[in-house]
Amino acid sequence: MTAAATIRLTVNGEARSLPGGVTLAEVVTGLSAAPSGVAAAVNEAVVPRSQWDATVLADADRVEILTAVQGG
Amino acid sequence: MADDLLTIADRTFSSRLIMGTGGAPSLEVLEQALRTSGTELTTVAMRRINPAARGSVLEVLQRCGIGVLPNTAGCFTAGEAVLTARLSREALGTNWVKLEVIADERTLLPDPIELLDAAETLVDDGFVVLPYTNDDPVLARKLEDVGCAAVMPLGSPIGSGLGIRNPHNFQLIVERANVPVILDAGAGTASDVALAMELGCAAVMLATAVTRAQEPALMAEAMRKAVEAGRLAHRAGRIPKRFHAEASSPMEGRASFDPEAPAF
Repeated sequence: MTAAATIRLTVNGEARSLPGGVTLAEVVTGLSAAPSGVAAAVNEAVVPRSQWDATVLADADRVEILTAVQGG
Repeated sequence: MADDLLTIADRTFSSRLIMGTGGAPSLEVLEQALRTSGTELTTVAMRRINPAARGSVLEVLQRCGIGVLPNTAGCFTAGEAVLTARLSREALGTNWVKLEVIADERTLLPDPIELLDAAETLVDDGFVVLPYTNDDPVLARKLEDVGCAAVMPLGSPIGSGLGIRNPHNFQLIVERANVPVILDAGAGTASDVALAMELGCAAVMLATAVTRAQEPALMAEAMRKAVEAGRLAHRAGRIPKRFHAEASSPMEGRASFDPEAPAF
């Protein structure tokens, strides 16, 4: 029951409801298929790409997924 | 110029023009301008990923063989800037960062306290830090002291095109610096860039002056040539400024004429 429970996250500023047990890798893949050029932070901490698969998100986590855009 | 390379930290560049990518009307226009500018290092900003975005500035830079320099534009605190820099390192695989910590949106001036704090933290974290700073010789010195690889004083506010408002401060910064001094922000046209180089800047960084020019690629060419001309003039050593004229033709050996003749 707990594994299937829905958790509420904030992903790039938007409220999302996702199944419990969802990983950072799954959330990123949902936004971008880009194999590189993307970085993610959970609750203001950078999570290296190598750890995305193993990073299970928790209720109320704030996820930021960034890439390079025109600027400067 | 092959015999006059720009060295920043452990990298050398034959172009002394660092470009930004903001403000271009399209990626096509940007690519043309970047190619014409001859730049070898160009900034990008880090923003939330947009699943609907088509094309990417990274692809443009890759296609042109231009090194990417992520910035921390839009950060107001040291904490935000440090986190953004760490994300850019993770996303782009470079430990170089153009550090920007601004005080407010109206002036976009750097917040010197937060800037110095972020610079020190990032240097300790292994970053090559290129800080966008005020044209303040004391702050420039302190940024160098905490280990920044260059200092990037503003000529005038970002996007203003007002050129170098305080050339004397630039001279004071250049005179004391042991790292490259790079004009950042304020260049509006080629003469601003030439002046920066004449004052001893090692390089110039600009974006708006090119990307928002009526003909971006043409202005990019002007900026490339202005950087080269200013650099050459700096190396050549200009003449001192004089209050009165100094004849360049010899006075000796002049013919002796009746000043009233011949009549005309």
